[in-house]
Amino acid sequence: MSHHLVEAIGLTHVYEDGTTALRDVTFRITHGESVAIIGANGAGKSTLLMHLNGHLSPTSGEVRIGEASITKATLPGIRRTVGLVFQDPDDQLFMPTVFDDVAFGPRNLGMTEGDVERRVREALQCVGVWNVRAKPPYRLSGGEKKRVAIAGVLAMSPDILVMDEPTSGLDPRARRQLIGLLREFSHTRIFTSHDLDMVLELCPRTIVLFEGAVMADGPSREIFNDDALLERCQLERPLAMQAGARSPQS
Amino acid sequence: MADSAVHRIDARAKAIVTLAFIVCVMSFGRHEIARLLPFFAFPILIIMLAQLPAALLLRKTLLVLPVALLIGLPNPLFDREVVAQVGSVEVSGGWVSMLSIALRALLAAAASVVLVAVTGFPAICGALERLGMPRPLAVQLLFLYRYLGVLGEEALRMEYAYDLRSNGRSLSIGHYGSVAGRLLMRTWGRAERIYLAMCARGFTGEFVTGVPARFGATEWLFVVAWCVLFVVLRTQDVAQRLGTAVIGVLS
Repeated sequence: MSHHLVEAIGLTHVYEDGTTALRDVTFRITHGESVAIIGANGAGKSTLLMHLNGHLSPTSGEVRIGEASITKATLPGIRRTVGLVFQDPDDQLFMPTVFDDVAFGPRNLGMTEGDVERRVREALQCVGVWNVRAKPPYRLSGGEKKRVAIAGVLAMSPDILVMDEPTSGLDPRARRQLIGLLREFSHTRIFTSHDLDMVLELCPRTIVLFEGAVMADGPSREIFNDDALLERCQLERPLAMQAGARSPQS
Repeated sequence: MADSAVHRIDARAKAIVTLAFIVCVMSFGRHEIARLLPFFAFPILIIMLAQLPAALLLRKTLLVLPVALLIGLPNPLFDREVVAQVGSVEVSGGWVSMLSIALRALLAAAASVVLVAVTGFPAICGALERLGMPRPLAVQLLFLYRYLGVLGEEALRMEYAYDLRSNGRSLSIGHYGSVAGRLLMRTWGRAERIYLAMCARGFTGEFVTGVPARFGATEWLFVVAWCVLFVVLRTQDVAQRLGTAVIGVLS
């Protein structure tokens, strides 16, 4: 059995106030894929991510991680398998120091303190912020916070990395560095993003959500060349593809 | 957090000593002042031994002073019996008891602030749990501590947003309700997201601090030595004896 499989089968989610956030969502993401989930605001992206980590339970349908359905019994293992990086790193960093924050996950896994230290060092060095390990998280820049949040998840050695808007709030240089970093990961990667240029660079495959339903699932370049689809889903081409189309006038 | 011999002592030992300190300080009579003063030795010594930032801890400690004075404020009105004479000024029992309340509040706050500084709040909650506090209560305590910070951050953001569009006018009573309600909802949402982030990294209701729990000879020595000192300070008038001895030497 591969732990890297992510599968949604007829996933539907209706919130308590009656809002249908996801409608019969079905897809299968396999080992090592890098997939973007895109859509306009309110399309259901964040709700979908919450399902991948077992934070929400489906109204109907199911989510399977590595062939195992998400249930109360499988939840601890699934949360270890699926590392979720939140959009706002301030929501994720809650311990007094960067070191303690990154160590939070490994300690919960019951590791010895020696192993915890090794994991924390490897994770912080991997994202290039080992030097801020003694700082309180609120003293970090936006880019550093994002990197520490990623380190906190990497320290759990997840098989699948799920990131909600990884480049939001970053300056161009920090965004570029983060994209370079994410490109090097060999995990199965799932991103939600409005940064379609990042999607173009990192994700060969894109799933388009609109009003909770999957409108398209295929190669990113094909999807971004389908103007009718993008228009219908209230999206636009990535800037890199727009620039090429506009170059004669500019 | 810094690392010193005091930092490395098991959190349970530090929690027990702090609790014993607070019980001793609070057990004095309402007119006691002089015998409370030697108790300041405890937070001062811990600050020195653990090389804690004294000025910062003093500022945190002084935060309780307005509340303590507010509690003691009615005392001078109700207790007018003269209990002391300073020069030609007669001092009533009410003023003395108010000062005593303030001193005891300062001592308790100083000990608590020092405990948090030298241990860390998650470790204290873990220690209280190991000492017998029910786990749900310990976890609640930790969340309370974390969410107080969240509440403060959200309140600051809302204050900033209000200031930007208030044209210098202070918050009117009419707006208080909606601001407080909005603050609660925002904090609630934020707290929910933090909790989800904790669950995503394996949190199951138990806080693992990484510091191994070991109550050895050092911890026993720490607890016994401080508790003996507290009992001596509580039962003997050390301040008076010291004063008498100093006067004896000088005369």
